[in-house]
Amino acid sequence: MIKTFHQAARRSIMKRTLGSVAIAIALGSVVGTATVAQAATPDNMLVIANRIDDITTLDPAQSFEFAGSDVNRNVYGKLVNFDPMNLEAGYEPDLAQSWTVSEDGKSITFTMREGVKFHSGNPVTAEDAEFSLRRAVLLNKTPSFILTQFGFAPENIEQTIVADGNTLTITTDKKYATSFVLNCLTSTIGSIVEKALVMENEKDGDMGNDWLATNSAGSGAYKVVSWKPAESVTLVSNPDFYKGEPAMERVIVQHIQESATQRLLLEKGDIDVARNLNPEDVAGIDGKEGLAVTTELRGRLMYISFNQKHPELSKPKVVEALKYLVDYNGMQNSFLKGQWQVHQNFLPATYLGAIDDTPFSFNVEKAKALLAEAGVENLEFETGVREAQERIEIAQSLQNTFAQAGVTMNITIGTGKQILTRYRARELDMYLGAWGPDYPDPHTNAGTFAFNPDNSDEAQATGLLAYRNAWDPGPLSGMVEAAVAEGDTDARRGMYEEIQREFQATAPFAILFQKTEQTGVNAAVQNLNLGSAVTAISYWPVSK
Amino acid sequence: MSVSLGEWLNDESPTSRSQARFSSIYHGWIEFKANRLALLGLIILIVLVLVAAFAPLLSPHDPFEQNLANRLAPLGTDGHVFGTDSLGRDILSRLIYGSRITLYIVGLVALIAPVAGLFIGTVAGYIGGWVDIVLMRFTDIFLAFPRLVLALAFVAALGAGIENAVLAIALTAWPPYARIARAETLSIRRSDYISAVKLQGAGALRIITRHIWPLCIASLVVRITLDMAGIILAAAGLGFLGLGARPPSPEWGAMIAEGRRFILDFWWVATIPGIAIFIVSLAFNLLGDGLRDLLDPKSGGAS
Amino acid sequence: MSATQDTLGPHPRSARSSWVTVFYSIIKTLSMILATMLGLLFVTFIIGRIMPIDPVISVVGERASKEVYDAAYASMGLDRPLLVQFFLYISDVARGDFGQSLLNSRPVIDDIKRVFPATLELATLGTIIGVTIGVPLGVIGAVKRDTWIDQLSRIIALVGYSMPIFWLGLVGLLVFYGILGWVGGPGRVGIFYVDVVPVVTGMILVDSALDGQWDVFRDALSHIVLPASILGYYSLAYISRMTRSFMLEQLGSEYITTARVKGLSEYVVITRHAFGNIKVQLITVIALSYASLLEGSVLTEIIFAWPGIGSYITTALLSADMNAVLGGTVVVGLVFVCLNVFSDLLYVFFDPRSR
Repeated sequence: MIKTFHQAARRSIMKRTLGSVAIAIALGSVVGTATVAQAATPDNMLVIANRIDDITTLDPAQSFEFAGSDVNRNVYGKLVNFDPMNLEAGYEPDLAQSWTVSEDGKSITFTMREGVKFHSGNPVTAEDAEFSLRRAVLLNKTPSFILTQFGFAPENIEQTIVADGNTLTITTDKKYATSFVLNCLTSTIGSIVEKALVMENEKDGDMGNDWLATNSAGSGAYKVVSWKPAESVTLVSNPDFYKGEPAMERVIVQHIQESATQRLLLEKGDIDVARNLNPEDVAGIDGKEGLAVTTELRGRLMYISFNQKHPELSKPKVVEALKYLVDYNGMQNSFLKGQWQVHQNFLPATYLGAIDDTPFSFNVEKAKALLAEAGVENLEFETGVREAQERIEIAQSLQNTFAQAGVTMNITIGTGKQILTRYRARELDMYLGAWGPDYPDPHTNAGTFAFNPDNSDEAQATGLLAYRNAWDPGPLSGMVEAAVAEGDTDARRGMYEEIQREFQATAPFAILFQKTEQTGVNAAVQNLNLGSAVTAISYWPVSK
Repeated sequence: MSVSLGEWLNDESPTSRSQARFSSIYHGWIEFKANRLALLGLIILIVLVLVAAFAPLLSPHDPFEQNLANRLAPLGTDGHVFGTDSLGRDILSRLIYGSRITLYIVGLVALIAPVAGLFIGTVAGYIGGWVDIVLMRFTDIFLAFPRLVLALAFVAALGAGIENAVLAIALTAWPPYARIARAETLSIRRSDYISAVKLQGAGALRIITRHIWPLCIASLVVRITLDMAGIILAAAGLGFLGLGARPPSPEWGAMIAEGRRFILDFWWVATIPGIAIFIVSLAFNLLGDGLRDLLDPKSGGAS
Repeated sequence: MSATQDTLGPHPRSARSSWVTVFYSIIKTLSMILATMLGLLFVTFIIGRIMPIDPVISVVGERASKEVYDAAYASMGLDRPLLVQFFLYISDVARGDFGQSLLNSRPVIDDIKRVFPATLELATLGTIIGVTIGVPLGVIGAVKRDTWIDQLSRIIALVGYSMPIFWLGLVGLLVFYGILGWVGGPGRVGIFYVDVVPVVTGMILVDSALDGQWDVFRDALSHIVLPASILGYYSLAYISRMTRSFMLEQLGSEYITTARVKGLSEYVVITRHAFGNIKVQLITVIALSYASLLEGSVLTEIIFAWPGIGSYITTALLSADMNAVLGGTVVVGLVFVCLNVFSDLLYVFFDPRSR
């Protein structure tokens, strides 16, 4: 297979080499004849440029980053999953063919699909599913909360996650909305790994954690050939995939940091998909022959928040004033064009209970009046921002608009980890950053933006955004707990709407934008789906 | 009886110490002037200082004034000769104000690093023995560090900002000065001149500061001038990685970093500050190269 | 200028048993390397600990619960006293174990085996380009001193020294790859060739040649030539200025005058006599410039998506992945110190004037 790739590329490489040698000798002086190389990727191969330096492991029980989810979604099957060609339908049967819910609403019994095989050729069994979920609980890595929030714990998994013949039964500690439980199982941590293969590679009782970091033991459309950190991920197709053999036999994701570089590669035909183009580069390739731009709504939110330990920022009028000092439309229509759209509440559009009203707009007079009412003058505070250009620009725009009402905002730039460290320690006056949902259920965001039962410093609930801003949401915490247990979908939707209205009016959070991801693609590429706001990219339906 | 200035300076047998000194400076200047490129470098730098000094008078706009409706305006736009950046700010005005930051960085690093290096190098060279070994190992450790990584670590530790950038760059820049100063000290230490001062009962500190330092200055100055370009580029590199000056300050490296995202369609946004950095570092290099020809005895002086 | 010259240089090479002297200087050199490396490790270690970045967050992510966080904190040994942590680390390193990267939970040594050859390849080619052009440029500048040729070579060199390298990289990529299509794009090889050649040295040019896969070799060459030229241009500046300076020193010396008086042709005087005498000095300069390229040029690596050691250390540093930073720094520091020792040995043993 590899040899055919060689043939395809050989001719253009020859031409390039002539040029290279000329440059090596003449160091840029114009020597030799310029021949524009027109390379193209082979028909059975998908080549993607993306930023993948966030991948820390490929083990589905531990992986928790965007680029990692992209890999895992294509490598592992889950009990329930999303169909990339019909995401609106919500979760659908995958490795579980069907399921039933007990009368008390606490137990769900899955019947496994027959005839599905792992990459090794062994059948996927209920025992593998039991092992995978238990393993995620036992390993207790960062994403484990997605499962342990249902009461699963190392002490009780023998009773709560049980395989029996062809079925798997999970029992939660109390009644939750079934949709909530199943939505959680669609996330990466719900991936089913092959028990025998993983345990063969166990080291010091790590349940294969070390081995799975760079290898795969799944039943999905692809298997992992190699992952080189911050360099590339190579996948090869699984011809026995139960939904049919994927058209793309090889998928290579290359780490390319710069938008301009991605665009050049795309224009040259060296890659099929460029995932991190900025608005200007998108505009640059839009309408070019052989290229196309796709736009897809994603789940990430951009927000600012104010620390309630700050004597002035804890005044509700001040927070309200600041919400009127953001040039939402100005930013959306200029440097964020096409990539972020105005969205002012914590549930991303398309989520159950999401509301799309935008009560705040840029209004200096109103803000000044509110500040006067609060009796605040010469307000000055510090904002922490990580060193990403897009955020630095948002920060500068805010700095500019805040200043129009006499508010001085100083910008502190740091690395992502550095800013986060201070944010978690409740040391930042204001934070500007993004938040992506952990699993496709409204609780993922409600449970962090509007839930903080113990606001004391000792609580150390650093995982909660409300806590990081030292904000006590009061009755909202209880409402969030009630909403997640509500079995009736319409009633549940209503509860989230109510929580959000209250949140929007009182919370020291100003949600600014929701992400729309623009992807530059070779026009021949069909059916590329990034996973919308609910899941990650799918390679198996792709053709070209 | 009166003597013209030229005659006074060219006097073959100077009557006072100051006349001798001025005379040698004058002759150096004549020789320096002959090197057109070095002179060009000097002129560019004088212009830079003037631009920085009169920034408010020279810049057509407020460098911080944003206008999202008129962003990325092309070169030669009415009122914006060099166009506008991503937030609609006037690039020319930012460039002009940015010259202050560049001079600030260069000036401070040029004060801190050589002085630190001079101190460590002369002390090591003069006292010798264990002090020498320890100090020079210390210098080697910092020499062996990847420079940008060390600067980054420092900035990451203290937080981004121009003062920290200056400190970080100074931290990576001092070891070569220490080595030069030590080498010079070693060659001076045993001279009759120093022995004579010692006999008069001068202490080590006094000998180092009063008698050794002045003799090291010439070779350090040449090195500093040649290092200036490196300092500007290092600061720009930090800015490029988003860890230089705090926004919205118009530091040139940060301007390139902002503009590089548009390099394919709006090339001037990154290119104009790039050219500014290039011109200023070239000026420092030309000047330093000329000074080296003049002061460094190794190059043979005027043949 | 060089790290060890002074410790090695001044010892007298008397008639008295030169073997003892050699042995003594070897011991001295080795202990010097060891001391520098220990110091380097210690400074890096301290930097890592005082940085206000929480390394645990790098491992567990920002959403970890308190229990997950505490477990990771303890398993990383961060609850031990600083000095204990340092000594544990040093004893591991002495056994050749650089620990695991916090970020990708793989052995740091594996990462270094992957990224260092990439930098080595780039730096070597860059230095070759810098030397092939820089040395002649410097020689010509000295011979034709103060003529327009000298000025031109001065400008060529200083321009390279003054250009912001990341800007030059972006523009170079745009022109030679984007518009002209003369060279390969970012990355080490075209994507078709990823993982094609068996890894022997880790340097794709070498590995593909060993394996006889010449199309891979050509492709890799087309990718490396632009970043290597840019780095080469940068080192060319330093090399050519130093060459000129050394040559001027030689050309002004008495024995050159003598040689001329003897009626030797100017060509012979310059190439045999003057240039012959600066070789050792020149090698020192080239070694220094090579060492600085081997540190990995972070900015060039970012722009050309070149997975080298510079960007490896930087990424690790910004995420407080201190095992990776320490491992990377040890390798870079060791290379630097060794190159210095090498050039100093040249001085001591081959330069007729160093006593």
